[in-house]
Amino acid sequence: MDFGDAPEEAEFRLRLRAWLDVHNPGLPASSTDDEYWSGQAAWHQSLYDGGFFGVTWPTSIGGQGLPSVYDVIVDDELAAAGAPPRPSLGYLVEGILEHADDDVRARFLPGIVNGRDRWCQGFSEPDAGSDLASLRTRADRDGDEYVITGHKVWTSYSDDAEWCLVLARTDHEVARHKGISAFALPMGQPGVERRPLPMINGITKEFGEVLFDGARVPVANMIGRPGEGWPLAMTIVSHEREPHELGFAGRYAKQVSDLVARVSADPEEYGAEQVRDLAWAIVESEMLQLHVRRRLSDRLDGIVHGPEGSVDKLLMTWTEQAVGHAALSIGGARATGGDDTLVKVYLYSRAQSVMGGTSQIQRNLVASRILRLPAS
Amino acid sequence: MDVRLSSEQQALRDSVAQVVGRLGPGTVRDLDDTERCAKLDAAVAASGWRELRVPLEGRAPLASGVESAVVAEELGRGLADTPFLGPTLAAELRRLAGAPPSDATETVAFAGTLAAAATMASGTPPGTVAPDARGATTALVLVPDGPRHVLASVPLGPSHPGTDLTRPGAVVEPGPAVPVEGPDLRPLTDDDLSTWTALGLSLACADLVGVMRGAVDLAVGYACDRRQFDRPIGSFQAVQHLLADAYVGMEGSRSVALHAAWSVDALRPDDALVAAAVAKAYCARAARTVCETAIQVHGGIGNTWECLAHVFLRRALLSTAVLGGVGASLDRVVAHHGIGGRRGLR
Repeated sequence: MDFGDAPEEAEFRLRLRAWLDVHNPGLPASSTDDEYWSGQAAWHQSLYDGGFFGVTWPTSIGGQGLPSVYDVIVDDELAAAGAPPRPSLGYLVEGILEHADDDVRARFLPGIVNGRDRWCQGFSEPDAGSDLASLRTRADRDGDEYVITGHKVWTSYSDDAEWCLVLARTDHEVARHKGISAFALPMGQPGVERRPLPMINGITKEFGEVLFDGARVPVANMIGRPGEGWPLAMTIVSHEREPHELGFAGRYAKQVSDLVARVSADPEEYGAEQVRDLAWAIVESEMLQLHVRRRLSDRLDGIVHGPEGSVDKLLMTWTEQAVGHAALSIGGARATGGDDTLVKVYLYSRAQSVMGGTSQIQRNLVASRILRLPAS
Repeated sequence: MDVRLSSEQQALRDSVAQVVGRLGPGTVRDLDDTERCAKLDAAVAASGWRELRVPLEGRAPLASGVESAVVAEELGRGLADTPFLGPTLAAELRRLAGAPPSDATETVAFAGTLAAAATMASGTPPGTVAPDARGATTALVLVPDGPRHVLASVPLGPSHPGTDLTRPGAVVEPGPAVPVEGPDLRPLTDDDLSTWTALGLSLACADLVGVMRGAVDLAVGYACDRRQFDRPIGSFQAVQHLLADAYVGMEGSRSVALHAAWSVDALRPDDALVAAAVAKAYCARAARTVCETAIQVHGGIGNTWECLAHVFLRRALLSTAVLGGVGASLDRVVAHHGIGGRRGLR
């Protein structure tokens, strides 16, 4: 067992550190500032072109085929340099890799990985949140195309995306989770209406809703087979629950180090309760970084798509919300009129127990699939 | 970077689990079975697990903190009523001080709160105790020697159960401390004591992880068997979510505990100590909640002496107290990061 770097890992780390000295764009945090999104695509492309994004993915899609643990190094160094975290889209890549045929993989994955194409994920609907299989968006065959009609909501990055991985019902006769298919739908077309959806902390660029009214998608853009939308969605959400697919361990480490810098610069300003909240945020953030090392080590011999993502999602949520509480504790008193960034960090953290499957759903999955408790 | 257990470490884990499964207590009543307890003790003594921190050659221990933690976790999971933490920490003090290994079972004396090893300038301070003292007649104490410390040995009274029913402690008898002798003695530096504390915290964390695993297994088993409203209670979401949170808390704890154990020998002493403090804060908080959950899931039965759930909780309380629980561990984290504030945490 070794938590430390092997020589080639240390070399990679130093190379990334040197690269960041020059290329850190110093963007504000995605969770609190819309300005982040105007620089996000350039950051993704720059990180990729520098050789530091998607490094553990196969070379056939633009990755470098490095061992799984290299993503830990990327997250560590981005956080230590105060750089933005890795763009969060590993779950899309894992889902498409697992379910799509060679043609779809070859057409879409390189653009996702290198950051030239931006994607969003059209899953949730106003009446299909936790109960995703009840979704009503439909895809009706019309010659070489499908015609998409429906309403997607809580869609991250929908305003800026060129592509949407949309789940739609193609078969109304079979059991509800068997009639769903997945498509790569071009967003820039008539029949796609996007509306920003401001989040509770005021940012407008992350969340959105999308209305499809006769949007068209070629049959060749179906991802997986007809009716494979549900298993594809399950693969994607299981990875969307993993902090290492999201780069979130690094995001929290950066937030915590910002808070530590703030408090240690002026410790007399802060009382026992604030210090205690920050100490817990440090402990939780450290835990998550170490937990990611464990999970990625378990993948050194290959990926298994299992229920452990629900464990990771709950740990990630507890971490983000502990960091959020520390941010509130330390920044709350200064919110009136001044810089309210820390209150925004706190407010954003409430979404973590909902996005990618609520904490209640994760607990159901841990109970049934890991603890093997009887069906409720 | 590969934080999986090596095949040797997995084999060690499996052999500890096998011994504890065969000879450890399966019920509360088993705790009174002195014959079983003696067999377990003999098996653990013969295994050499208590000597993993004895120097192999020069100063380096026979095995790293990870191997000791692997043993501690399995002993905790099976509520093994045989000494391990005490003798291992005594062996580590001797290793760091260049003292020869002890012939007899030996443990370490602590100040009454168990938050730190006992330091003895003259005579035994009242309330000095030795946890995990079954079979031990002596305990090591620290004696100031200028800015450093040397080791001395103090006699112990008979051991008797305290809060933890599986690891009885003993009171240090009044009387002079006998200096530990040896040809290669060196005073213990602050770095030595940081390493020792890091090992102690790491083993306590590993024990807590084991206790949590055992408590979750016990509660899950019960939730599958116990029926109310014509259904197993484990089919109710309210119960499922308690158990899911317990499992997740245990998994997070395992990640920090593994790192702490690795850090003992791989990082500088100060860094190993803060890694251990992070782990202890996390594991101690999680363990209390997990053990309380195990009692809650057992309902009325969980509040009776016959149910093993309280034995897990009691063991967790001792491991939590050793070298400081949540508050003391957060204090170390706060000091390390220089975020002390007006009054620290107190």
